Amino acid sequence: MTTGFMHPRFAMLGLFIATCVFGSSAQLASARQDNPSSANNPNWNYEEIKKAPEKARLMRNPFENDSDALRAGGKLFERNCAGCHGMKGEGRKKAPSLIRDEVQQATPGALFWVLTNGVVWHGMPVWSKLPEPQRWQIVMFLKSLGVSTRP
Amino acid sequence: MAGRRPVFSSALFGAFLKRIGIQSLKQVCSVTSLICFSLIFCPRSFAQESPYIITYDHYLEEPGSLEVEYFSTFGTQRAGNDFLAFWVEFEYGVKAWWTTELYLDGQTTFGDSTVFTGARWENRFRLLQREHFVNPVLYIEYERKNGADKILKEVEGKDVESDFAESNATLRQEHVNELECKLLLSKTYKGWNFAVNPLAAKNLSNNPWEFGYAAGASRPLALKASPNRCAFCPENFIAGAEIYGGLGDRYHLGLHDTSQYIAPAAAWNLPSGWTLRISPGFGLNGNSHRFLLRWGISREFSGFNEMLGHFFGGRQ
Repeated sequence: MTTGFMHPRFAMLGLFIATCVFGSSAQLASARQDNPSSANNPNWNYEEIKKAPEKARLMRNPFENDSDALRAGGKLFERNCAGCHGMKGEGRKKAPSLIRDEVQQATPGALFWVLTNGVVWHGMPVWSKLPEPQRWQIVMFLKSLGVSTRP
Repeated sequence: MAGRRPVFSSALFGAFLKRIGIQSLKQVCSVTSLICFSLIFCPRSFAQESPYIITYDHYLEEPGSLEVEYFSTFGTQRAGNDFLAFWVEFEYGVKAWWTTELYLDGQTTFGDSTVFTGARWENRFRLLQREHFVNPVLYIEYERKNGADKILKEVEGKDVESDFAESNATLRQEHVNELECKLLLSKTYKGWNFAVNPLAAKNLSNNPWEFGYAAGASRPLALKASPNRCAFCPENFIAGAEIYGGLGDRYHLGLHDTSQYIAPAAAWNLPSGWTLRISPGFGLNGNSHRFLLRWGISREFSGFNEMLGHFFGGRQ
């Protein structure tokens, strides 16, 4: 059964492409608005870190002082996070810098909470699909970004 | 109109392609396009993909990323010819809470023909902002396919093996416009993912609502990542199992006259960004195909939105 002016398969393809184009332009426009000139733009919203519940904030990283975990965290960061946050966490159009004080002074538990829950309405997906130990390994790497660049 | 016969049927290379599940020129083109696309535009992105082929968990595509996937299903058929169904998926993360997906389906029935069987447009919407005890995602799909569709991406209503016993030429005469809704419920706990997907589907002609389900559980072989880059690290492998089947329609709800399957599944997430999946499935009753072998290959392209933006003349 075809419609008068367009075959439904092509209509579906058109709709899919239109959605991709619309989504892309909306994301880019949103990124420009949030971050017009610099990846370290202070307008990025770090409020989500402060929303971490007390219990989450007080959680301790089980891999503290584990150098292997730091290296593993670097590997995981590169695979999962660097695409948006930059290879050194410097921030890009799509996502804020992770070197800033708001992140570096947050407790490991708060960062773990943000990583687990994402900031979905502002573009960061939930990362609970990574097992808990891997999220802690990433947190360990995040905290190291403030003191050095890369291990 | 009769479909095209499988190519490569006599050549040695053809035999090799057949052995690995590639039966037709259309499939060769699909796989070649996928490889070329990845080689040309390859911002590497590692994807921690689940091994599920039928069941969905609550994780959506990262915003701005495009995942291209190719899947095959080999199925045995009593009172008919075995078949190899295949589909290509283009999965795009519009937002962190919205993923859209386009499917193109086809199949080869051995000793019969190869046919294009339809297209689907799927959208998944995350309903809650944060992680909860159970995480719901709303799934809405429109399918435009013909009766020869054999990808068995979902089993619903009273879908049974004997539906596929006719020739492709006959099956193609039936046209299906279907709306399908699922509620994807999923939870990850201590590395285990548990997902349950009840579904309701309505053929937009005058057919009753049909119901079905899929459920799965999976876990990576290791929860802690190793410090070294490696293809064979246990954390790159995820193993699990799925169970799925029909639940009748609004007039005859239940398992009577439905088909049911169980399928172990495994995924291998390679550091290069590719994911390989394999899942042998087994029919659980006389209405089901005895054996289904599914396999798939996928690759995620991060930053696809920026590429698209540049293509349409956006600023860097």
